[in-house]
Amino acid sequence: MTVSRSGPGGEEPRVPAPASGSRTASLVAPSRMRSAQRLVHSLLASREVAIVAVILAVVVTATAMNQTFLFSAQGWRDLLLTPSLLMVLAVGSAIVIITRNVDLSVGSVLAITAYMTGRLFIDLPGIPIAAVVVIGVAAGAGLGLINGLLVAFGKVPALVVTLGTMYIYRGIVLTWAGSDRINASDMPGEFLRLGTLQIGSIPLLTLVAVAVLLGAAYYLSSCRGGRQMYAIGSNPEAAVLYGLPVTRRVISAFIASGALAGLAGVMYAARYGTVSAGAGTAWELQAIGAAVIGGVAIFGGSGTVWGAAFGAVLLMTINRTLPIMGVPDFWQRAVVGALIIAAIVLDRWLAARQRRRLEQVREAPE
Amino acid sequence: MTHHPVQRPGALAAVGLSAALMLSACGGGGEDGGNGDAGGEDLSITFLPKNLGNPYFDTSNAGGEEAVDEFGGTFSEVGPQEATPDGQVQYINTAAQQGEDALVVSANDPSAICDALNEAREVGVAVVTFDSDTNPECRDVFVNQASAEGIAQTQVELVAEQIGGSGQIAILSAAANATNQNHWIELMEAELEANYPEIELVDIVYGDDDDQRSFDQTAALLQTHSDLDAIVSPTTVGIAAAARYISDSAYAGEVALTGLGTPNQMREYVEDGTVEAFALWNPEDLGYLAAWAAHAVATGQIEGEEGDTFEAGRLGEYTVGAEGEIILDDPFVFDAENIDDFDF
Repeated sequence: MTVSRSGPGGEEPRVPAPASGSRTASLVAPSRMRSAQRLVHSLLASREVAIVAVILAVVVTATAMNQTFLFSAQGWRDLLLTPSLLMVLAVGSAIVIITRNVDLSVGSVLAITAYMTGRLFIDLPGIPIAAVVVIGVAAGAGLGLINGLLVAFGKVPALVVTLGTMYIYRGIVLTWAGSDRINASDMPGEFLRLGTLQIGSIPLLTLVAVAVLLGAAYYLSSCRGGRQMYAIGSNPEAAVLYGLPVTRRVISAFIASGALAGLAGVMYAARYGTVSAGAGTAWELQAIGAAVIGGVAIFGGSGTVWGAAFGAVLLMTINRTLPIMGVPDFWQRAVVGALIIAAIVLDRWLAARQRRRLEQVREAPE
Repeated sequence: MTHHPVQRPGALAAVGLSAALMLSACGGGGEDGGNGDAGGEDLSITFLPKNLGNPYFDTSNAGGEEAVDEFGGTFSEVGPQEATPDGQVQYINTAAQQGEDALVVSANDPSAICDALNEAREVGVAVVTFDSDTNPECRDVFVNQASAEGIAQTQVELVAEQIGGSGQIAILSAAANATNQNHWIELMEAELEANYPEIELVDIVYGDDDDQRSFDQTAALLQTHSDLDAIVSPTTVGIAAAARYISDSAYAGEVALTGLGTPNQMREYVEDGTVEAFALWNPEDLGYLAAWAAHAVATGQIEGEEGDTFEAGRLGEYTVGAEGEIILDDPFVFDAENIDDFDF
C-alpha cells in the first residue's frame, strides 16, 4: 500500500489528484486527497453524521412544538436517559452483526439478568450493588458464551441458534419468575437511585452507555481483534484461509453481546424499578433495528458501533416525539418500521452505486 | 396409569354413588335451613387458583380458608405451577373422583376446562368460579371481584378527590384492544361527563401492559400536556410504571396518580407520597365470599338462579345476579393507612 499523506508542512500534495478524477481518487485511493478534503468527504459520506443530522432535526421539531422537550430539566434528562439501555444493547448487536452473525436472544438475556438483579437483592439482603452488577454482567456473558459455542462449533446459523436460545432463555425466566414480579420496594433505595442519578446534568445510566460505546468503538476500530471481526464479517471463508482465529472472535462477539445484555438487565431493574418475566420482550428486534438504521450492514463486515448507538438514540427519540406530535399509536410503530426499511434500501442503493463506480474505475484506462 | 382402563368405570361409579349419597344428605340439610351440622360440618371445599405460589391467590385462598373454618368444613388448595389453560383439568378430575363437595376455581381459560367442570358437576360437585370466569354453562355461580361500573366509579371518585374536583386528567391504559380496560374507560368517561363537569379528560394513551412502554408513555403524556393534574391507570402494570416515572421526576407532588394496582407493586410509591390512594378488590374478601358461595350451592341453599340470596359470614347477605353472577363489592381503596395489612 502506498502511503502518501500531506505532511504538516507540505503545501502541495505529492501526488496531485487529477481534477477530473477526484471522485475516482476518493474511491480507489482516498489517501491521495488532502486531509481536510478527505475529512469533509468522509464526513459527508458518513452514515453516522447523517443519523445525527436526523436526530437533531427530530429534536428541533419536537422542541419547536413543545419547549419542554429540550428546555426543561426533565425533558433534557429524558432525552438522554431514554435511549441509554437500547444503546447498550445496540452496541452488542452491532458487534455480533459485524461478524456476520446475529443475536436474537438479547431481550431474553436482559429479562433473566433483570429478574436476577431483583432476586439477588431479595434473597441476599445487604449484597453490595457492585457485586450485583458484576454478577449480572457475568451471567449475561455466560449466556452469550452458550450462543457463541453453539454457533462456532455447532456450525448452525446464528439466526437459528439464537432464535432457539431466545425461547429457551425466555422459558427459563418464565419458569423462574412465573407470575411473580420484582417490585420497587424489593430493591434497596440506593440501587434505585442509581437509575435516576445525575452527574452534572448527565444521567449515570447515559454515562455508562457512553462508556460502553467508547470502549467498543475503540476496540473495533483500533485493536487487532476488532479489525479481525470486520474481516470475518466481510468474508468468513477468506478469514479462515487467511488464518484468522474465526472461532475465537465469533465466540467473543457473542460473549460481548451477552455481557452487554446482562448489563442492560441490571440497568433495566435500576431504571424501571419493576421487573416481570416479560421484561425486554422484542428488544432484540429494536437493538438490531437500531444497528441497521445506524448503517451496520446486516450481512456483516461494515458499519460502526457509533452508528448503532445513534440508531438507538434516533429510534427512542422518535418514539418519544411522535406522541408529542399527536401521531396515533399505530402510526408510531409504522414509522419505526418505515425507518428500518428506508435504512436498508439506502444501504442497498449505496452499495450498488459503490460497486458500479468501482467497476467503472476498474474498466477505465488509467 | 396402566390399570386405569380396567378400574376406572368402577371407581367412577363408586365416586358417583358416594357423591349422590352425599348430595342427597346435603340437600336434606339445606332444606331445613340453618342446621349447623349439615350447614357445613361435612363439606369439603377445594380451591383451585390459576396457579400456586402467586401472592394474589395466596391471599384469596387465605380468605377462603377463613370462611371454611367459620362454617366448619374442610379446606384444601391444589393447582398447577403455571397458569396454563390445560393445567387445571387434572385437578378438576381428581376433585370429582375424590367426591369433593365444592370446587372453587379461577379459570385460566373460559372454555378449556368446561368439559372437566361439567363432568364434576354431574357427579355432584358444586362449581363456583371466582376472579376469572368460565362460560356460564360450566359453573353454578361466578363470584366477580367488582362490577365494571364499580371499578369505573371508584377510580373517578379517587381522582376527583385527589385533584380537588377540577382539572385535566389523562388515562394510561393497557393495550388499545384490551376489552376490560376499554369498557371501564367508557364508563369513566360517562361518569365524568355526568357528575364532574370541571374535570377534563385530555388524552388516553396505551402502555400495552409493558413496564417500559408504560413508563415512556407516561413521560410523553406529561411532556405533551403541561397542565395535567392527574393520571388514572386502570391497569396494575401501568400504574406501577407511571409511579416509578413520576416518583423521581420533576412532576412528583405536582401530578396525582391513581388507578388499579396491587399493594406490593405500589408500596414504595405510597410510602414516598407519589400516590395517595389507589384501588383494587380485596382478594381476601373475594376468596372468603367464594367459599361462602360454594357453601350455599353445596348445601342447596341456592341454585345460582337470579335473585337467590345467601349469607356470607362477616360480609353479610348477597344476591345472585344475572347469569349466576355474584358481585363482591365496589373496589377496595388502598392508602398509606392500610397498605401494610396486605401482601400480594
